Amino acid sequence: MRPQPALAELRAQIARIEGRSQRVRSALPFGLAEVDARLPDGGLALGALHEIAGGGNGVVDGAAAALFAAGIAARTKGKVLWCITQPDLFAPALDKAGLRPDRVIYLRAGDQTSVLACMEEGLRHGGLGAVVGEVAHLSMKASRRLMLAAEGTGTIGLALRRWRRQADSMDFGQPTSSATRWRVSVLPSTPLPVPGLGRHRWLVELIRARAGESADFELEACDAKTGRLNLPAELADRPGAANDRLRRAAG
Amino acid sequence: MVTAADAAAQAMGLRAGTPVAKAQALVAGLVVRDADPVGDSEALERLALWMLQRFSPIVAADQPDGIVIDSSGADHLHGGEAAMLDALIGRLAMSGVEARAAVADTWGAAHALARYAASPTFIAEPEHGAAVIAPLPIAALRLPPAMPAELRVLGLERIKDLLSQPRAPLALRFGPEPGRRIDEALGRSAEPIEPIRLPELAETRRVFAEPISAAETIARYIEKLVVALCAILEQRGQGARRLDLICQRVDNRTEAVRVGTARPVRDAKRLTRLLCDRIETIDPGFGIETMTLCATLAEPLTPRQSATTLIEEAEPDISDLIDTLANRVGERAIYRAAPVASDVPERCVRHIPALAPETGETWPDAWPRPARLLLRPEPIETIALLPDHPPVSFTWRGVRRRVARADGPERVFGEWWARDAEMAAVRDYFRVEDDTGERFWLYRAGDGEDPATGSHRWFIHGIFG
Repeated sequence: MRPQPALAELRAQIARIEGRSQRVRSALPFGLAEVDARLPDGGLALGALHEIAGGGNGVVDGAAAALFAAGIAARTKGKVLWCITQPDLFAPALDKAGLRPDRVIYLRAGDQTSVLACMEEGLRHGGLGAVVGEVAHLSMKASRRLMLAAEGTGTIGLALRRWRRQADSMDFGQPTSSATRWRVSVLPSTPLPVPGLGRHRWLVELIRARAGESADFELEACDAKTGRLNLPAELADRPGAANDRLRRAAG
Repeated sequence: MVTAADAAAQAMGLRAGTPVAKAQALVAGLVVRDADPVGDSEALERLALWMLQRFSPIVAADQPDGIVIDSSGADHLHGGEAAMLDALIGRLAMSGVEARAAVADTWGAAHALARYAASPTFIAEPEHGAAVIAPLPIAALRLPPAMPAELRVLGLERIKDLLSQPRAPLALRFGPEPGRRIDEALGRSAEPIEPIRLPELAETRRVFAEPISAAETIARYIEKLVVALCAILEQRGQGARRLDLICQRVDNRTEAVRVGTARPVRDAKRLTRLLCDRIETIDPGFGIETMTLCATLAEPLTPRQSATTLIEEAEPDISDLIDTLANRVGERAIYRAAPVASDVPERCVRHIPALAPETGETWPDAWPRPARLLLRPEPIETIALLPDHPPVSFTWRGVRRRVARADGPERVFGEWWARDAEMAAVRDYFRVEDDTGERFWLYRAGDGEDPATGSHRWFIHGIFG
């Protein structure tokens, strides 16, 4: 993208009005130029709340969304607090997404309210790398609280939206104050020349980004070492075909 | 005389109260020892202290053979009343003590239920009223030793018989005792528990000239008490692992708050914060007139040099966060996952305390594992070739899916060295992907050839992302 001085000045002005100019704004890059270029700070803003949901059946099981969150958390420093209400998260899978078991502290809360309260407590503390919470309903007020808690310390907050029923996921359209909003759906895996399953692929949709535009990406799932996502080989090598496929994926 | 009889003795026909001569006649080679009531009572006090340190802030010995615990405000730390009783009985059984326990609204009712209804535990519904204790024998009511026999002479055997009697003639004949005990068991008159306190525990106390009740005032005095307590702990070179705040109300009821820490702590600010988090659970009623803060469990805290290296940043200390969260959701609800050397997926994770030292261990095998593991494998209907092909299609929760790609099998053998039933058991796991790209973890019980290895039915066990 070409640098646009007028736009940059406007952003600076808005930032002044919002009163956040004193804080050091930093971001956690994905390490993929295509994705990072679409995000306003060149990566996921640290000290902010981000929402992640699954697509299709993923709104109920939230499996891909959990791995996407694990990949982000794996690239932060320090321990990760993972607040859950349902005990079906399988710890070895997080290890396979780059998040070592020593780094994750699980917290099993009885209900949504205490998940949100514990997330806020974790974000306020400042000693953690990331705080992940599985929540269904996230109100404007609750998300604002989490956002403020995260802004104060620079810890990244990830709200993993997961609903009991498919129909409840209409809730994802409601406005919240999170910085970005993602939807991760599964795609058929990378084809292999032999029978078997290749590296998993996701359609990652950036539905909303504060001070940025939304975008769709077709990505390969987190790798086991560092939790990095990857651009599928055929897309990386042939940009023309990539655009074609992206459009198809978006439609 | 036989003073007490356990299950083995009862099987031989011995009862509490049997004369020695009769007992010796019943059991050949019986060894007779003198009863040691003082020693028993001391042992009971020691046991009560152990429970005070582990289970609840208000514990007292209920001589001669029981311990009474006020569990309100402490059971959630153990995962509810049932889990707490199970843990209590289990811990006692491990140290060779056979015990029975009951939870009820009042001391009297719990006393009766523990002795006459629990096997080995009994939990009465809150607001249970008289119905729970009505069918129990009169001896359950803590009356003087001879009185149940006298009442039986009058034809009163069960508590319900006594409940239906008019009070005045009973009081005339037996004194105030039966009426008082019934009122206590039914909660009509208060019966405070005088908790045991030992001189070796660090304790600070504050008596107010005027009863206090505002949350801010309570918070202020908590801070003062914590500072005083920390001074005592510092003299002893100790840090608190468990703190009890006991508030005595003007209506002679006590409200207790217990907080725990994962490591010994002597930081006044941190302890104040932990206690102030729980102010909302204190019901001040008409006001609090005495506050007592006690370090029930204290451990040596040696001064440590904080690591200052030029090379690497110190790992931020999150033990205070863990304490705050653990006091909110319970100690067991906050944990880390550690690997167990087992190929069976549901057994390969165990929970360790959140602040356990880091081991660097991970799951050794490089096989992919699903992000969501179903609590119980769910049966599915499949079309599959035996013995070693993945399914062509399967139906789960009423949705039929065609398998586009699959990988497997990964064979998991039963742990025959640990469990006899799994001698021949086998599971063949397959990763399958349907047309839309959703990936599942399926398995077939059995190796597909030998019926001894499993039923050859198919199950779904997890969902990949």
